Amino acid sequence: MKENRYELNKQLAQMLKGGVIMDVTTPEQAEIAQKAGACAVMALERIPADIRAAGGVSRMSDPKMIQGIQEAVSIPVMAKCRIGHFVEAQILEAIEIDYIDESEVLSPADDIYHIQKSKFQVPFVCGAKDLGEALRRIAEGASMIRTKGEPGTGDVVQAVRHMRAMNREIRRIQNLREDEIFEAAKQLQVPADLLSYVHENGKLPVVNFAAGGVATPADAALMMQLGAEGVFVGSGIFKSGDPAKRAASIVKAVTNYEDAKEIAKLSTDLGEAMVGINEQEIEILMAERGL
Amino acid sequence: MKIGILALQGAFEEHGHMLDQLGVEHFEIRKKDDLKQDFHGMILPGGESTVMGKLLLELDLFESIQTKINNGLPVLGTCAGLILLAKQVKEGKPHLATMDINVQRNAYGRQLGSFNTQGMFDHLGTVPMTFIRAPYIESVSGNAKVLATVDEHIVAARQENQCVVAFHPELTQDTRVHEYFLRMI
Repeated sequence: MKENRYELNKQLAQMLKGGVIMDVTTPEQAEIAQKAGACAVMALERIPADIRAAGGVSRMSDPKMIQGIQEAVSIPVMAKCRIGHFVEAQILEAIEIDYIDESEVLSPADDIYHIQKSKFQVPFVCGAKDLGEALRRIAEGASMIRTKGEPGTGDVVQAVRHMRAMNREIRRIQNLREDEIFEAAKQLQVPADLLSYVHENGKLPVVNFAAGGVATPADAALMMQLGAEGVFVGSGIFKSGDPAKRAASIVKAVTNYEDAKEIAKLSTDLGEAMVGINEQEIEILMAERGL
Repeated sequence: MKIGILALQGAFEEHGHMLDQLGVEHFEIRKKDDLKQDFHGMILPGGESTVMGKLLLELDLFESIQTKINNGLPVLGTCAGLILLAKQVKEGKPHLATMDINVQRNAYGRQLGSFNTQGMFDHLGTVPMTFIRAPYIESVSGNAKVLATVDEHIVAARQENQCVVAFHPELTQDTRVHEYFLRMI
């Protein structure tokens, strides 16, 4: 991959900042999401809550379904492939997807290797729960990172944990002496040049969103105040009582994430939130996939 | 001099960094109260025009901003910001509709169509141009003037107090387009 293609792919993520990316399973849902103010949609066959409920192996969606969504909206369309499944990624590239999510939400296809994302022209976003995972994915070619959180639960605790862990480690790296970076890189199992970037700039070299368990406008604003540059909302919208209204409120909460009065208004009369599952009640920890 | 940057969604921070380099004071516009202060120019950044257009209305910013622009406030629109200002948007609806340009959204296709190039910009010479899922201007009318073209498509234009570019000067190291805008003030 040419250096300039990677730059363009990182820059597309910059255009998504301050926005909300919504999981959708049909063209109709994609239109609702776009109308509600989504800055991109993630096309997938089943939302994480249903994947969790149904069990079994979860794979890339039918290209026909994804293309239906591409035709329905003008905003960028993302889609998920399984961790390590580079042929699913090749298929998504062939249908000119705007962003591929190599995602722990689907069943991993490879329990050791991730996709060599630098071989692709289209951009990739990957989940991470700490700085080491984030920089390893970037080294493989990811041009955007999101926290893993715990998808399909409606429980924000893990997204909070991952965002705090990442930012805490970034602050620690910033405070190291320059000659301590190599040892830190060894411990984190990441390339030293990427860690040097973090040391100098106090942030990841790519855009970092929050994902996994965001269900309310307050959850979204919480993640923004903790340092997320935007938010993915999966099951939280289309598993709730009034998806269009909830989606629009989350979008506005991300724009004015520090305005408590506005968020109070946005949190009013939203109807039923997704019921959710506590982290102690879940059987599969998706965040443990792909380290 | 003080510049307001529309910060509803998208790459607004990057414009702030450009203005920092030029030593110009700036602030973010996220809600109506932010418009109360005095300022001398406004930047509408890149991002998703559908999102910004919707939030302009719902956060009750639309009319105030439209009035300010019609009353002569200098404005720079990049990419999605260009779409916000266009009076005509092909296969879409116009937003602020203050500028006599006809725009094609996602004119270069999906992300695989994004590209870098260099092009001649009126009075500035050759400038680097980064196009991300970019629009282009199909035609200008009234007293709108073309500032730059790439492959025969119009990618920058000016109409009195309004300047628009389909590319992203804020993603490059080159501050000349921002300086051009500041000279309009």
